[in-house]
Amino acid sequence: MANEGKIYRVAGPVVTATGISPRMYDVILVGKEQLMGEVIKIVGDKTVIQVYEDTSGVAPGEKVVNTGQPLVAELGPGLLGSVYDGIQRPLPDLMKVMGDFIKRGVSAPGLDRKAKWPFTPVVKKGDTVVPGQIIGTVPERSILHKIIVPPGVSGVIDDIKSGEFTVTDTIATISGKPVQMMQKWPVRFGRPFSKKMAPDEPLITGQRILDALFPLTKGGTGAIPGAFGTGKTVTQQQLAKWSDAEIVVYIGCGERGNEMTEVLTTFPELEDPKTGKPLMGRTVLIANTSNMPVAAREASVYTGMTIAEYYRDMGYNVSLMADSTSRWAEAMREISSRLEEMPGEEGYPAYLSARLSEFYERAGRVELPDKSLGSISVVGAVSPPGGDLSEPVTQNTLRIVRVFWALDSKLRERRHFPAINWLTSYSLYSGGLDNWYKKNVAEDFPELRNWTMGLLQKEAELQEIVQLVGSDALPEEQKLTLEVSRMVREIFLQQNAYHKVDTYSPLSRQYNYLKIIKMFNDYAQKALEGDVSVDTISKMKVRATLQSSKLEENVDQILADILNGGLAKEFETLGAK
Amino acid sequence: MTTKEYRTISQIAGPLVFVQKTEPVAYNELAVVRLPDGSERKGQVLDSSDDVVVIQMFEGTAGIEKASGARFLGETMKMPVSRDMLGRILSGSGEPLDGGPQIIPEQRLDINGAAINPWARDSPSEFIQTGISTIDGMNTLVRGQKLPIFSGSGLPHNEIALQIARQAKVLGAQEEFAVVFAAMGITNEEAGYFMKDFERTGALKKAVVFMNLADDPAIERIITPRLALTTAEYLAYELGYHVLVILTDITNYCEALRQIGAAREEVPGRRGYPGYMYTDLANLYERAGRIKGKKGSITQIPILSMPGDDITHPIADLTGYITEGQLVAKRELVRAGIYPPIDVSTSLSRLMNEGIGKGKTREDHKAVSDQCYAAYAEGKDLRGLVAIVGKDALSERDRKFLDFADLFEKRIVKQGRDEDRDIETTLNLCWEILANLDESSLTRIDRKYIEKYHPKYKKA
Repeated sequence: MANEGKIYRVAGPVVTATGISPRMYDVILVGKEQLMGEVIKIVGDKTVIQVYEDTSGVAPGEKVVNTGQPLVAELGPGLLGSVYDGIQRPLPDLMKVMGDFIKRGVSAPGLDRKAKWPFTPVVKKGDTVVPGQIIGTVPERSILHKIIVPPGVSGVIDDIKSGEFTVTDTIATISGKPVQMMQKWPVRFGRPFSKKMAPDEPLITGQRILDALFPLTKGGTGAIPGAFGTGKTVTQQQLAKWSDAEIVVYIGCGERGNEMTEVLTTFPELEDPKTGKPLMGRTVLIANTSNMPVAAREASVYTGMTIAEYYRDMGYNVSLMADSTSRWAEAMREISSRLEEMPGEEGYPAYLSARLSEFYERAGRVELPDKSLGSISVVGAVSPPGGDLSEPVTQNTLRIVRVFWALDSKLRERRHFPAINWLTSYSLYSGGLDNWYKKNVAEDFPELRNWTMGLLQKEAELQEIVQLVGSDALPEEQKLTLEVSRMVREIFLQQNAYHKVDTYSPLSRQYNYLKIIKMFNDYAQKALEGDVSVDTISKMKVRATLQSSKLEENVDQILADILNGGLAKEFETLGAK
Repeated sequence: MTTKEYRTISQIAGPLVFVQKTEPVAYNELAVVRLPDGSERKGQVLDSSDDVVVIQMFEGTAGIEKASGARFLGETMKMPVSRDMLGRILSGSGEPLDGGPQIIPEQRLDINGAAINPWARDSPSEFIQTGISTIDGMNTLVRGQKLPIFSGSGLPHNEIALQIARQAKVLGAQEEFAVVFAAMGITNEEAGYFMKDFERTGALKKAVVFMNLADDPAIERIITPRLALTTAEYLAYELGYHVLVILTDITNYCEALRQIGAAREEVPGRRGYPGYMYTDLANLYERAGRIKGKKGSITQIPILSMPGDDITHPIADLTGYITEGQLVAKRELVRAGIYPPIDVSTSLSRLMNEGIGKGKTREDHKAVSDQCYAAYAEGKDLRGLVAIVGKDALSERDRKFLDFADLFEKRIVKQGRDEDRDIETTLNLCWEILANLDESSLTRIDRKYIEKYHPKYKKA
């Protein structure tokens, strides 16, 4: 078999070689420095390779080596808390070898080969096991890492050990086949599962507008498109921090270096609201910034997804954030244009739509061999050029995802954060989640949500009139609608991600806010009938208290007081006739 | 070193020269083409195969003929760097323009730099006081940030950049500070304006200037910012300087990029700009930052003029996606006689939160700026309404917001070209105009700050 060949041509990250006969997507080591690359096209005796590292100084005639293996992710204990580049090289390890700047030709394994992990078996000799079945556990950071039978392996346990092992030590033998804690899986292929289940449980994020109005499910898909500066990254980071998944995979795909640093410095200090342990302990970070090689950027989303699938297969709920999928699409475009492929819309390759849907389809809630469930929720940020949502990446994404959080520059300009437009955003899950909310939050939660949405819709209509005649010309009742919807916007929808109390709002508090605002509306309407003016109502103390409560440590107490009589009492003093 | 000279040029197109049948030449290797008159031009290998090598010439292809000879230097583009570069004026390709000697290298560095390992980055959090209220108060700049000025033809972006360069300081710190200035395709007149100001204020001693003027070869613009940033990296990470890099005008840089793309017959992206423009710009902008354990830092202020004042134009758009915010200059403000014409509504500093607050600026900073933003936006909305229904139709609350917007522009945005406001002054000014609103309208500010800083309580 021809395993070694020669470089014929170098043009940026695309290298053409002759003399090897690899399969598509095999990993090739290119040039004297053995730069890693992947086969993306085979024409006659020529092989086209996309190289994950800078190719400056690589010349035709240098050697290429076919590894005969596709690009794989290493999966096993030690992933959590790691920070990788797009092809799963740990950045701290790279720094040890290369210094402060990313140089090339260094390989670093994704999992530490020397670290020892305590393995406790849960099956015994003689048991029959199937792929995906748990054979033992290892404590890893904040979770219990389950070692599962690799796909394609099954049979009878000949031998299983207990004790401290490295990821490459053999811990069991299944029908003659040795099994280690570490598995490898080609990143471009989804890991197998038996059955996809309907997602019927929300992914709770503690972000009021998301949980209450446009919820995502465990196993669901969502997109956040928005022009620059509208808060894609802040929203993604809020999800990574507060969503109630057990595992978070955060892919910084072609984004800013300083942003990744922010994640790296803040996450270890923050606590998971559920477990109280550091957030970094449940997070895998993939940082392939905009100036790191573009081919590795293209691979980064697959690397992240494969890691997510691995934890899903253990029965965990994983949420995966990709920031930004547009940069990924651009990486595809860049490589496609180097290949001189016929472009589709706006220079993107014709397979853009297929790649996007393949990626989002790897999300979902699946049934595992022991009938338990694991899920991957995917949230992709989209950076449409000029904020124009009709561009190909946004459009192709919207055809696939079920939740759309539309970021709005107008809202940003008035510092309404999160700048998610409540009129254009949608969640196709919200109807299906009604039962869950009724059971777990309150019977009237869906009702309150519908009331809120109706109110905001009415406000939008009234605002059009106000733009023409001014608010003073409106009848009192409509003025009240404007006032109450202002409350919804300022108190409920706006949320300060940087304030320690306001950054996370539990469902019960979200419910109380909506409940109080609705009560306020009902009382105010009665007061109007008794000739109290909207102006008087808007100056009520309880309104100001409600407004400022968001930033108070004892917010829940304040809300309870208002609910249990505070509100009613002040309305009595207004002296409605 | 003996290098072969090839006389096998087969095609010359725009800035590109194609050379047939060479021995292996590396990608990005430096090449020299010798003209019949003996003069030499530099270029870089864009595409290399066994059959043909494509060279991109930095100084244009005028005068090159098929009989010209091409040599390959066996290394990628490097530049000499040294401490003595401070105070020097160099051309867009690094040759002395000030009549001084050649740079004697302390090191020779690859001009393309390398990506900083995100793990090695330190998060930027030191407040830079520029003395300009719209920046310090509303869009705070921090060390290691890249904050571009989005401007348009005829707007005073150069003046703003110079005022920042002149006034920028970190409170309570006396550290080595340097400016690296890269001009790409600006006019002789503009260049003269910068130079005069540098000389007037004595800033030149602490500056390295790279000049590619409007009549210099367009392709040279591709390397000018890279030379500037390589110099900045040397000053920052080797010598410990805090470096402010001003790049002007990025629009000219992108035009050069498009020119090469077209010459290479590449599939164009939006508006004819190459599909890799995002990556290319990122390779410049991402060279700003701080590194753990290193004293120096690189703060970038790229300037770009938006064609047709269109913020969705690819150059502005891609820049905005890479940089940590933007300062937007607005024509309406210039017309209203306001300098600096920075429109805070569309401006943003992403790293602001890292650089402000207690111990850095003042505890109420974030709340005050949020409140000003919200009130200014509301007031501006009302202007549209007033044009239709008149001021009388507004409620009292709305009238106050309307007045706030005017006050904000006159008192906060507007300031003198040499007026250096410290952060304390800026925040107090904000409070003065916020005091004209009802207290119940100050929904973004914690009660405790109102009681501490609101002029009403202060006097009491």
